[in-house]
Amino acid sequence: MTIPADIEALPEPILRAEQIVKQYPGTTALKGVDFNVYPGKVNVLIGENGAGKSTLMKSLAGVEQPTSGRLVLRGEVIEVTSPREGLEHGIGIIYQELNLFPNLSVSENIFMAREIVSGVGTVRHKEQDDIARRLMARLEQPIAPRTLVEDLRIGQQQLVEIARALSEEVSILIMDEPTSALSSAEADILLRIIGELTMQGVAIVYISHKLDECLQIGDVFTVLRDGDLIAEAPARDVSLAWIVEKMSGRSTETLFHKKARQAGNPILHVENLSLPRAHGGGYLVEEVSFTIRAGEIVGVYGLMGAGRTELLECLFGMQPDARGTIRLGSRAIETLRIDERIHAGLALIPEDRQRLGLVQNLSVSKNITLTILKQFVKGLALSTGKENREVKRLIEALGIKVSDARQPITTLSGGNQQKVVVAKSLLTRPEVLMMDEPTRGIDVAAKSDIFRIMNDLAEKGLGLLFVSSELKEIVAMADRALVMARGRLAATFEGAAITEQNLADASVMASSVIHPNEHAV
Amino acid sequence: MRFSLPIQQSGVREPSFKMMLLQLRAYIALIALVIVFALLSPAFLTTGNLIILTKQVAINAILGIGMTFVILSGGIDLSVGSIVGLCGMIAGWLINEGLILPMFGVSVFFNVWIVILLTLVVGVVVGVVNGMLVTRLRVAPFIATLGTLYIARGAALLISDGATFANLVGHESLGNTGFPVLGAGTLLALPYPIWAMVLFAVVAAFVARKTPFGRQVYAVGGNEKAAELSGVRTNRVKLLTYMISGLCAAMVGLIIASQLVAAHPATGETFELNAIAVVVLGGTSLMGGRGTMGGTIIGAFVIGVLVNGMVLLGVSEFWQIVIKGAVIVLAVVVDQWQQRMQQKALVHAS
Repeated sequence: MTIPADIEALPEPILRAEQIVKQYPGTTALKGVDFNVYPGKVNVLIGENGAGKSTLMKSLAGVEQPTSGRLVLRGEVIEVTSPREGLEHGIGIIYQELNLFPNLSVSENIFMAREIVSGVGTVRHKEQDDIARRLMARLEQPIAPRTLVEDLRIGQQQLVEIARALSEEVSILIMDEPTSALSSAEADILLRIIGELTMQGVAIVYISHKLDECLQIGDVFTVLRDGDLIAEAPARDVSLAWIVEKMSGRSTETLFHKKARQAGNPILHVENLSLPRAHGGGYLVEEVSFTIRAGEIVGVYGLMGAGRTELLECLFGMQPDARGTIRLGSRAIETLRIDERIHAGLALIPEDRQRLGLVQNLSVSKNITLTILKQFVKGLALSTGKENREVKRLIEALGIKVSDARQPITTLSGGNQQKVVVAKSLLTRPEVLMMDEPTRGIDVAAKSDIFRIMNDLAEKGLGLLFVSSELKEIVAMADRALVMARGRLAATFEGAAITEQNLADASVMASSVIHPNEHAV
Repeated sequence: MRFSLPIQQSGVREPSFKMMLLQLRAYIALIALVIVFALLSPAFLTTGNLIILTKQVAINAILGIGMTFVILSGGIDLSVGSIVGLCGMIAGWLINEGLILPMFGVSVFFNVWIVILLTLVVGVVVGVVNGMLVTRLRVAPFIATLGTLYIARGAALLISDGATFANLVGHESLGNTGFPVLGAGTLLALPYPIWAMVLFAVVAAFVARKTPFGRQVYAVGGNEKAAELSGVRTNRVKLLTYMISGLCAAMVGLIIASQLVAAHPATGETFELNAIAVVVLGGTSLMGGRGTMGGTIIGAFVIGVLVNGMVLLGVSEFWQIVIKGAVIVLAVVVDQWQQRMQQKALVHAS
């Protein structure tokens, strides 16, 4: 840990988190972190996925209780056991995942659990609507207070989330990836609001993967890596190189193992794939066409809400409303069920490991073999001997750290859980493997393992399609990169043209083109 | 074939003594009940009473086995009591009046084996209806099976216009005698219903533990979406669980009609609640994905012993109902407690 040279220049911290430790079954997310929040400043918190940023923020806001450690607010030790108590202490949070009620209106969302009530206990909708309208005006959004949240674009939904936080009297406002779903125009509005708030003395805690954005607005920088505090420094001592070095703790070359490969014949053909939005018209995926060749790693880059996950869902048969043609080899698979597509040679490693990847009540071994149970049937029953041998082989091949294959899946760390999901997809012997944010929430060592596995698979002739929001990953891994924005394929880059700059430019340019029908709300 | 303990498949680590007591609580409760009643009532531990007791247990146990499959997959089947009534009536109808074919102006009478087979098919068909409602039409299991609860009960009443089919002994000249043997016959001094329970339990435990279908039931109940993405045909798995539940209920309908040598359309009312109770008592989670067949059998015995013992002791019938309810709630509270302790143990171990 480096001691900031001119800590005197900063005001006394309004909030200090001291020695925060947070344990989950199978993993320690925070290993004794000290974190200072300075009033009237933009306190930027950076770190890779799984570094513990979100966990730390949730501990400050009372969403999670730290296993040990304490919070000191204005010199007094406080206990924050719920988000409500956090708010009472003046700590507000805007979550990375949207926490809105899509079935309720904008103003009902803003005032959820803090409704303005009359003397007899009924909600004063008119008063709420007036305030909501003013908040929307402040955010420069022409959104009526009674609009249902589900009818809004994802960026606008995020602005509603921000409006909710603005409506509270907070002295500390935590923003976890607030711009990930915003267009650049919307992001500019948010940055202006942040300026206003810090002028009023509000402490902003800002988490973002967009490093240029952080450098632009940050006053103090704190870096986390693998649950440890690595560095704290004022803006004048911080540069892009400094951040990258502190974040990864090693040069990027050791993380990635890109090898020269010869791509084979095309195996997956996608033509005019579209997915209409369930509410509010428009498309989540619109007229997307591409091919993947054997032994090729294709990266898909885009901002949150660009339609990347939906694209994979359409390919895997999870979206019954999808239209267009998908051919695997010579076979049309767009009408097949999920299990038939798996059988045809498609596999998916979903982004949301807990919700879609794992069956929490089953053991490591039973999770791995779920995809190919029929192969272990001997007579009437499952042959445990054969099953165990196969499981053992994969645990060794992928380097999954378990003491016993029968232990509950929930006791593994995120990285090892992810390897289990990979193992289970490989058992079906896919020709095309799709991976949605395969390194989300796993530690650096496991990331490096996942990349090694991806390279091995490509060398064996699999076609890989992987979605990532980290430019570095795409640049390091992809033989070809697709950029998605607003459901469309905005650009394709190959070989040396795959640079962070090119990808980011293509994504931002296409994202900020405003569709005529999208402001109709 | 060995029954699995009604505990989580969690323990690779040595569980603490306290945890072990908690995990074995259903057995401990059962043994404690048996000891208490044996001390309080000399009639309790007699062979005659134990056989009567087990015969009663068989009803709840067989229904509970089918219900366990449904609940493990994350569903619920409220229609089993009505299927019991409907299937009893079907059997009674086929034996006493035969299958009426109006176009030929005749009634066809079947051999008792065929009657049993047709009745079981009816139970499975109601299960198919439940399963289709849940999987194809996306009706919530609670509502879908609540609907079939009424429909099947109404159908049972319509068959005879609410009347009872009495004296189901068949007729020598029609070649359909022998139906009462199912309920009253014995093998090695044990009545057939007890053997039916043993058969159903052994097959069910085998299916749940040793077959891909069983494994998939746990997976669907644990995380349906993840199971589907792993290539499990979740709709088919769910449909099959309702079919199994229907089959079990039809078997119970046959046993009761045979024991009474009569079929009454109101038979089986509230049986679904008893079935759910024994499943839950056995440690199966209503959220799905967790539980065992062995647990359900133990649960059925706990209820059976409790009711039988209280009758022998002359406890008021009304108090019996209160106590039964209290025991069920207590069991679930203890189960929650154990789950929390296990979670904590995992955090500390890691």
